[in-house]
Amino acid sequence: MKYQSQKIAYAYFGVALALFAVQILGGLLAGVVYVMPNTLSELVPFNIIRMLHTNSLIVWLLLGFFGAAYFLIPEESEREIHSPKIAYLQLIILVVGTLGVVVTYLFNLFEGNWLLGKEGREFLEQPKWVKMGIVVAALLFLYNVTMTVLKGKKTAITNILLLGLWALALLFLFAFYNPSNLALDKMYWWYVIHLWVEGVWELIMASILAYLMLKLTGVDREIVEKWLYVIVAAALFSGILGTGHHYYWIGAPGYWQWIGSIFSTLEIVPFFAMMSFAFVMVWKGRRDHPNKAALLWSLGCSVLAFFGAGVWGFLHTLHGVNYYSHGTQITAAHGHLAFYGAYVCLNLAMITYAMPILKQRDPYNQVLNMASFWLMSGGMVFMTFTLTFAGTVQTHMQRVIGDYYMDVQDSIAIFYWMRLGAGVVVFLGVALFLYSVFMPRREMVRPGPIERHRLEDDPDHIPAE
Amino acid sequence: MSEAASELSVLDELPGDLMMWVLIISELLVFGAGLTAFLAVRVTDPVGFAEAQNLLNRTAAGINTIVLVTSGFLAALALPLREAGQNARARLALIAASLLGVLFLVIKGAEFADKAAHGINWESHAFFTFYYLLTGFHAAHVVFGVLILWLVAWRDAPRNIEVGAAFWHMVDLVWVLLFPVIYLLQ
Ligand code: HEM
Ligand code: HEM
Ligand SMILES: [Fe+2]
Repeated sequence: MKYQSQKIAYAYFGVALALFAVQILGGLLAGVVYVMPNTLSELVPFNIIRMLHTNSLIVWLLLGFFGAAYFLIPEESEREIHSPKIAYLQLIILVVGTLGVVVTYLFNLFEGNWLLGKEGREFLEQPKWVKMGIVVAALLFLYNVTMTVLKGKKTAITNILLLGLWALALLFLFAFYNPSNLALDKMYWWYVIHLWVEGVWELIMASILAYLMLKLTGVDREIVEKWLYVIVAAALFSGILGTGHHYYWIGAPGYWQWIGSIFSTLEIVPFFAMMSFAFVMVWKGRRDHPNKAALLWSLGCSVLAFFGAGVWGFLHTLHGVNYYSHGTQITAAHGHLAFYGAYVCLNLAMITYAMPILKQRDPYNQVLNMASFWLMSGGMVFMTFTLTFAGTVQTHMQRVIGDYYMDVQDSIAIFYWMRLGAGVVVFLGVALFLYSVFMPRREMVRPGPIERHRLEDDPDHIPAE
Repeated sequence: MSEAASELSVLDELPGDLMMWVLIISELLVFGAGLTAFLAVRVTDPVGFAEAQNLLNRTAAGINTIVLVTSGFLAALALPLREAGQNARARLALIAASLLGVLFLVIKGAEFADKAAHGINWESHAFFTFYYLLTGFHAAHVVFGVLILWLVAWRDAPRNIEVGAAFWHMVDLVWVLLFPVIYLLQ
């Protein structure tokens, strides 16, 4: 760790990972309710569990991004964070807000209250006071990191990261506008949700990946930056008008069917470019960084994002297809693999890279971490497959033949059992990840003869910074 | 390195030409996909498409084609002039190209206004949905292209002129593809 204030990231990553655990438990519970519908139906209804699952996802991803920014900005700008105090204040506000959310959801306090009650729009259910807290926290954050970057060295990575983070915060303001007209409500809702994950979060993703590639592979900064600009241009070009793929059936004008289909199809390009980028960098890079697990997560991120967002997104993005598949389990399959591949893996890659440095020790027991990658990713991929099958059958029975919704649900129960099984595997992977990141203090897995030989004798081997 | 210098270097390194090529390829993909979709939907209703097409003003569009191609030619002259050191003439060529762009917009605007006066809009027929999407989207690019031509006439480094002209040629090319498919193809 070159800069003391990078330590801030440790607190952010810690809270993020705690919420990650909550998210996975929430997902498991929701998966149980799917196959045993009466589970906890009086105490914690399904909609509340689902809300906890998706909200904790969003919040921990955001905390992870903030942590990543606090970790990488000092190194890139070559100076300490402007004010560590503000950074911790920001974290406290976010934690209080999160606790407030959990309590409000679980006990459904203040139902209908303008300021205190939950708001009931997916992903944006937080009561108004929490939303305001989020805005204050975001302002503190932006002030803090922008001051740091302004005073320090400016690199393409920090520029793009800041652009992404600023846009993220500005777009969140649409969460405050909730017109009573349902079509308009949805229209603005997507300004936040879609323009986040298929627009500005991609900038954050690209810049964090670029940083990791720079560190892990040791390629020239110039090359990384060229890729970065191309990826960002492709993401914004396709992603902004790509919003149209959510406007097919909500009462918006019909031309969105063509705008949405064409532009969102192009959204595959930035994801493909990010995958190519990661692999080309590894191929070209000369540095033999000891943190192999971070590299595995980075590459896994780019691949699974390409499949989850790119391929599974394209699967249902043409309006002729979406007419049938809209809102079925196909959507859920895509939502899971896209979020997991792009943003969960991204954060776990950054955390895997940063944690040993933050704890000032060597990256011990990579094998455990890498095993957690395969468990978690294998589980998520299998879950995606089961949901895709479920969705295909559902689409056919419900949308083509016209069977009743609940009858269809009964006949695809087997897939929901398999989803639950996949969920358990993911859960084990998460547990292993947490253990491997927080626990080991020394090497428990001795390197084999080939690896030992390489470490000692290979002239190309460059130790970590 | 001083702060000012490092700031400059980030801007300097921004690969303007590379970005322009990303943009141009993306645009061609979008218009290509739009035209393909148009042709695909046309197969389902050839008679309706032909009837709708007959309501278009082919003469105005033909004139516009000449206007835009001439404009592209002028823009192409600018770079060699600039490289030969004839900076004023290069600027003149760019401004003339941009004025033809404006003329294109005026004619196009009159065409749109005429359609509106006859109560035709993008909902009248699938043909018109595509007509408005494709030519409207293209017109927006003409507006943008005119602004770029002004920008590179002002900041007239050869590299800028090259990038600006490349964009303008793309706008040109797209029209040359749209015109026969939308206005003429029977
Ligand atoms: C890191 C891993 C995970 C991510 C990123 C994730 C993400 C999401 C997202 C984005 C949604 C909303 C989907 C939509 O609106 O279409 C969702 C819903 C859901 N998730 Fe997860 N999830 C994860 C893990 C799990 C696990 C392990 C399970 C356990 C089986 C699970 C079960 C569910 C269920 C049952 C729903 C509700 C689906 C519905 O309403 O039909 N998730 N998750
Ligand atoms: C990392 C990027 C992405 C993430 C995290 C993501 C996540 C999601 C989620 C959670 C939903 C469900 C929203 C809801 O509750 O209704 C959704 C819907 C959708 N996504 Fe994505 N997505 C991403 C990228 C893409 C891309 C690149 C495409 C197209 C190529 C795409 C196409 C769609 C479509 C068409 C829907 C609507 C599904 C429906 O009609 O039910 N997504 N996405
Ligand atoms: Fe989207």
